[in-house]
Amino acid sequence: MTAFWVLAPIMVIAALGLVFARKAVHAALCLAVVMISLAVLYAAQGAPFLFAVQIIVYTGAIMMLFLFVLMLVGVESSESVKETIAGQRVAAAAIGLIFGITLVLAVGQTVSGAVTGLKAANGNGNVYGLSDLLFGKYVLAFEFTSALLITAALGAMVLAHKERLTPRHSQADIAARRMQEYAESGRHPGPLPTPGVFARHNAVDTPALLPDGSPLDSSISASLVARGQVRDGFDDDIHEIVEQLEGEGDDK
Amino acid sequence: MNEYITLSLILFTIGSVGVLVRRNAIVVFMCIELMLNATNLAFVSFSRQHGNLDGQVAAFFVMVVAAAEVVVGLSIIVSIYRTRRSASVDEASLLKS
Repeated sequence: MTAFWVLAPIMVIAALGLVFARKAVHAALCLAVVMISLAVLYAAQGAPFLFAVQIIVYTGAIMMLFLFVLMLVGVESSESVKETIAGQRVAAAAIGLIFGITLVLAVGQTVSGAVTGLKAANGNGNVYGLSDLLFGKYVLAFEFTSALLITAALGAMVLAHKERLTPRHSQADIAARRMQEYAESGRHPGPLPTPGVFARHNAVDTPALLPDGSPLDSSISASLVARGQVRDGFDDDIHEIVEQLEGEGDDK
Repeated sequence: MNEYITLSLILFTIGSVGVLVRRNAIVVFMCIELMLNATNLAFVSFSRQHGNLDGQVAAFFVMVVAAAEVVVGLSIIVSIYRTRRSASVDEASLLKS
């Protein structure tokens, strides 16, 4: 019972974090906490096979799939806090409260009597008991799950497949387009300028300075700009340095 | 009433509120996973309550179906994102008059 009272508050807090976290990656990490805690609760309730399956399938496979898709769809797009439907959150909280009370009342009436425990059912071991049921009583359902998994794999392949509508850009095409751009708009055909690492600060979130002391925006990685992680507040330091140098010159 | 069942009901309710409140399709999907996990906990607890393993077999089947569902659901989200450049459930409103 100790495991339950330690893990239950953690699970509820993590589940609330899943609802309230603004960034999708934080929500995914909260969900992973809930899933691992659930696995421990399975082990505490006499289900060692489900403990292993929960870790391998849920936290191992499904959470990784979620994180992969988050990387594809864009981590930097955090959800806006603005409500699109007026009063949606209050209504959702009220409905959730009513739903929870209904669930507790309905299920509370069905759960009665003492806990039997799994001592007898797990007599030959949990995996033996489960396989006896899976390949005996539930063998038809088990066979159907294989059809379901094959269908799901095929469906995912069809949905994720993309026909190439435009011809592929080769390296020669990209070079030709850059030279064309240089001829038309004067945009520099070479690589982008490096950030102001070491010259001003020891990280790549610092823009390089132009000779007149203004920061060069194109020297910063576009994804840092999208996340709003560009370090600024350096705009006046060039003037401070100039003043210091002039002060030293006066001393001499 | 069993504490484990109570916890699973709380988690299920939190998941359903998340489905109603969140607008990022992936987070909505994660809330659905939370609801599935809560039902699994209820299955395992009922299995212990009644002293047979049928509940654990049911939880196992839920996991299999959830794995298939996640694969198809996430590929649908990816293909929607490819065409509309957004994973928000509010953006997909083409059928609205």
